[in-house]
Amino acid sequence: MSSQPDIAMTANPDELSASEIARAVVGHRTTALSVTEAALARIARHDSTLNSFTDVTADRARLRAKAIDASIAAGTDVGPLAGVPFAVKNLFDVQGISTRAGSKINRDLKPSPRDATLIERMEAAGAVLVGALNMGEYAYDFTGENVHDGPSRNPHDVTRMTGGSSGGSGAAVGGRLVPLALGSDTNGSIRVPSSFCGVFGLKPTYGRLSRARTFPFVASFDHLGPFARSAGDLALAYDAMQGPDAADAACSTRAVEPVSALLTQDIGGLRIAVAGGYFQKNVFPEAVEAVARVTTALGVTRTVEIPEAARARAAAYVISTTEGASLHLDRLRQRPNDFDPAVRDRLLAGAMVPAPLVDRAQKFRRWYRSQVLELFRSVDVIIAPATPCVAPKLGQATFMLDGVELPVRANIGIHTQPISFIGLPVVALPVPLQPMPIGVQIIAAPWREDIVLRVAHALERMGVATAPRPGEF
Amino acid sequence: MTTDLLDGYIDAVGQALALPIEDAWRPAVKANLAVSLRLARLVDEFPLPDETEPASVFAA
Repeated sequence: MSSQPDIAMTANPDELSASEIARAVVGHRTTALSVTEAALARIARHDSTLNSFTDVTADRARLRAKAIDASIAAGTDVGPLAGVPFAVKNLFDVQGISTRAGSKINRDLKPSPRDATLIERMEAAGAVLVGALNMGEYAYDFTGENVHDGPSRNPHDVTRMTGGSSGGSGAAVGGRLVPLALGSDTNGSIRVPSSFCGVFGLKPTYGRLSRARTFPFVASFDHLGPFARSAGDLALAYDAMQGPDAADAACSTRAVEPVSALLTQDIGGLRIAVAGGYFQKNVFPEAVEAVARVTTALGVTRTVEIPEAARARAAAYVISTTEGASLHLDRLRQRPNDFDPAVRDRLLAGAMVPAPLVDRAQKFRRWYRSQVLELFRSVDVIIAPATPCVAPKLGQATFMLDGVELPVRANIGIHTQPISFIGLPVVALPVPLQPMPIGVQIIAAPWREDIVLRVAHALERMGVATAPRPGEF
Repeated sequence: MTTDLLDGYIDAVGQALALPIEDAWRPAVKANLAVSLRLARLVDEFPLPDETEPASVFAA
């Protein structure tokens, strides 16, 4: 008999991390098939409430799991994600499924002939795809609501938003349906749902992970990345997905730089500062409290000013609305009534922004990048809020801040947009405030995913960051 | 741009791009365009040297 306890005897199998599952599968203490069946059972039991899945690929998952078990039985190394169930935002191509990207219109597309690159890489590392996840229409969303599929619901309070646009990804990981999910982040769509759903999210450096065979939104800013319940699992997935890909023009040719083995490195030598000015305005007390817990734990005494962050957010908005409009121009002409009206009306407006203003926004982007890279000569890590507040109620249109009524949708991403604008790597980590968690951004210079993950891991070990278990799941 | 001017602008650009804009959508399109132009103005008024390259430089 093995000296390791059987996986079924652990306190709560639903809480197992991806790395724990992989170790148990490889160690013959469970099978990929039984782990997959357990995930499918959790989805069947809870997703009528969370509404995080739009497609469950049960047959495919069982086949894949059986193949992994057979490989292990034959003595083959199946990879570091052996038997780990995962799901993807429904803008990823999944073979045999039309890539709806949260829309009604795309359901008419032919079924995808091939999986997205990142799905292929996750499965090559032993992971098992169990389905596709709900999202805001065409990723132009910070709420996680969807007029066609209904809203994904926050596992910590199902009357609240998951955040968007990768809302299903946040809900599925936070709600313990799967230990890993993939999403996309153009202006905050990984970091916002991570914050609202109380999970860890990694938005890597722009160009680090291939976007091949995923439905785009804003080519200048689109990133893909993982959601998990620990920094270690983020690193495992990130390492499995790195690497050049000629099928994505923006994907870097930079060599793979694995980070998993670096997580426990001491962070004492890192120069860490908190973002001041813009990032300390328009925040609710809970965001202030979360940032304070992180900076106190890290002994941060320095504040840095990210120059012209408000203008960066404005430029990100202009580029997003115009590139999005360009992407959807034909659909706006031919099928305007099949859009979510809120998305359609923003895209129509985006089509009308004069071209010189877009060009100036791209020129400002280069200037801003140079300024922020200069800042990183004297600091290694910048701490900032991920969202200005905890998850608002579903359907909530405004909130009151400092006596001023502000629109929710337009303000959820104000702290994430100036960061993705120049493609910096960020971990959004969950601070388990009561009754709702909220995220904090750990930001580093381009290509320093190792640093943001090390800091996130250290904060996890200190007990400052953790993905709290929702009461109902 | 004043509200009246924005209406005329939406009509003209909508026609030029063959974009259908039903009357019921117009207030929302107009409100969104006003936000986009207000934010674009923040970028517009920021002085940059003539030599500044856009971020999206093409590499042959």
